[in-house]
Amino acid sequence: MMETMTKIPLKDNSTEDVKYKLIAENISASYDGIIAVKNVSMKFRDRAVTALIGPSGCGKTTFLRCLNRMHELTKNATLTGRVLLDGEDLYSNKVDPIINRRKIGMVFQKPNPFPTMSIYDNVACGLKLNGVKDKKIIDEVVEGCLKMASLWDEVKEKLKNPGMSLSGGQQQRLCIARALAIQPEVLLMDEPASALDPIATQKIEEMIQELKKEYTIIIVTHNMQQATRVSDYTGFMYLGDLVEFGETKQIFENPRNEITAKYVQGQFG
Amino acid sequence: MITVEQRTEFRKHFRYNVGRRLVLDKVVKCMVFLCVVVAIVPLVAILVNVFSNGAAALSWNFLTQIPGAVGSDDPGGIGPAIQGTLVLIGLSSLIGVPVGVMGGIFLSEYGNNRYGRTVRFFNDVLAEFPTIVIGVFTFVLIVLTIGNFSVWAGSFALSIIMLPIIMRTTEESLKLVPVTYREAGYALGIRRWRVVFTIVLSGAKSGLVTGILLAVARIAGETAPLVFTILGSSQFIQGLDGPVDALPLRIWRLSSLPYDSSVVQGWGAAFVLIILVLSINIGVRYLFLRRKGQAMLKFKKLGSMS
Ligand SMILES: Nc1ncnc2c1ncn2[C@@H]1O[C@H](COP(=O)(O)OP(=O)(O)O)[C@@H](O)[C@H]1O
Ligand SMILES: [Mg+2]
Repeated sequence: MMETMTKIPLKDNSTEDVKYKLIAENISASYDGIIAVKNVSMKFRDRAVTALIGPSGCGKTTFLRCLNRMHELTKNATLTGRVLLDGEDLYSNKVDPIINRRKIGMVFQKPNPFPTMSIYDNVACGLKLNGVKDKKIIDEVVEGCLKMASLWDEVKEKLKNPGMSLSGGQQQRLCIARALAIQPEVLLMDEPASALDPIATQKIEEMIQELKKEYTIIIVTHNMQQATRVSDYTGFMYLGDLVEFGETKQIFENPRNEITAKYVQGQFG
Repeated sequence: MITVEQRTEFRKHFRYNVGRRLVLDKVVKCMVFLCVVVAIVPLVAILVNVFSNGAAALSWNFLTQIPGAVGSDDPGGIGPAIQGTLVLIGLSSLIGVPVGVMGGIFLSEYGNNRYGRTVRFFNDVLAEFPTIVIGVFTFVLIVLTIGNFSVWAGSFALSIIMLPIIMRTTEESLKLVPVTYREAGYALGIRRWRVVFTIVLSGAKSGLVTGILLAVARIAGETAPLVFTILGSSQFIQGLDGPVDALPLRIWRLSSLPYDSSVVQGWGAAFVLIILVLSINIGVRYLFLRRKGQAMLKFKKLGSMS
């Protein structure tokens, strides 16, 4: 185990200062014995946005859920492979998956604020339930995260209102603030804007640009314009395979693979 | 592909008989409304009947005094029975609610295996048990062991009757909480039991409360198991290890006495019991379910069992 681990360089030799925050190695995942992700390996750069694109059903969500050990919560789901966070295997027996989920935040495709909680509590609950008691700290974090998610100005007057009383786009930004509140290092976003109108989408995209300065962001999207707008790297998945992975510019302007070319030109998907 | 001709054909079909459909819609609406009326009529009839028969007995003394000697001029009241029923409901809930809710949590969150299925099976059997059997069981287990009828024995028997109802409704309402909320919790690195107790349980609150109230209403009217466990009494409670009166028992006794005044008192006691259960129901709902934003309503419907 240790031997293979040291083989994976955290830093790329070619470009000296490229640091990989998260490395997925030979990830295969299945549901009820039906394989959904086939032997996917990817390296995610720190302080960069990596986009995962591909037609629906190709395994993007499944792969993303392998990165924070959410996949194993699905019934009859199995997984092989490794995920290294700062060089440490998430799937090693020695590490508590809970601790790692605190380092890897997740935003789901459908906004899912906790229905019984207020706007404030939605953001605060990650801290409270993880043992933070100091009201002043919680207040600060809630405000800070709502600002980062560019929601603060819209909700600062009504923090006690239920989270569900917000519009869809606001709910999604609330979920982003909630994910940020536990101070993760990596942020996984599964089509965060797919249910949103163009203005809300733009807000989220702007926010991603801002967050990139501090986080490693992995975003699933089936909107190719969005991938070109927000990401530095893009991986194209098709039928469970990672077909091509490279700089976003290269994937969209100069794809090496035929299927990738067809997909980015909008010929299917 | 559907051809243009086919499409025209379909359209004709779909738009055919719009008038008849509207009529049908009205007919179904009327039928549903009628069914509601049919369901409500007996309820109102019972309430009116009970009230009109028992109204003559209702007075402050009736509610607070101990029963008079049988056949005497002063019929007394049903104070001990009201007190007893309240204490019995309280004590049985104290035992039945936590155990039932925990059991429901177990079934819903950890019960997807052989143990869960076994527990679920026996729980369902218990729910179907004639309550008199539970009374006899408690009689043998507690009353005979301790040597006398007691509040404890009654509460124990009633809590056993509550258990399966609460367990099952808890399980069902927890299962109705969408998995996305649990996942949101897990993704925040919150431990499983905490996700259950904070996020899932609060989402299932209205279903839980409904189940508990159902159980309370059920035990409030139970008579058979009480005959074997509390005996009945014409005094206020002396201690939890002594006998106690309860409204259903008192109703039964009063209505089987050969005096008109007693029978009227029986009706009065029945009315008091109905009002008591109704007030508990409304009170608990108000306490636990009032502070909800409008957006919660949608979710409330999801989680509600009724
Ligand atoms: N919970 C599940 N149970 C069974 N099969 C699933 C489940 N979730 C996804 N799948 C299957 O796995 C494949 C990949 O799905 P997914 O990762 O959601 O794709 P994407 O996010 O790219 O649209 C699909 O074929 C889908 O039907
Ligand atoms: Mg998906």
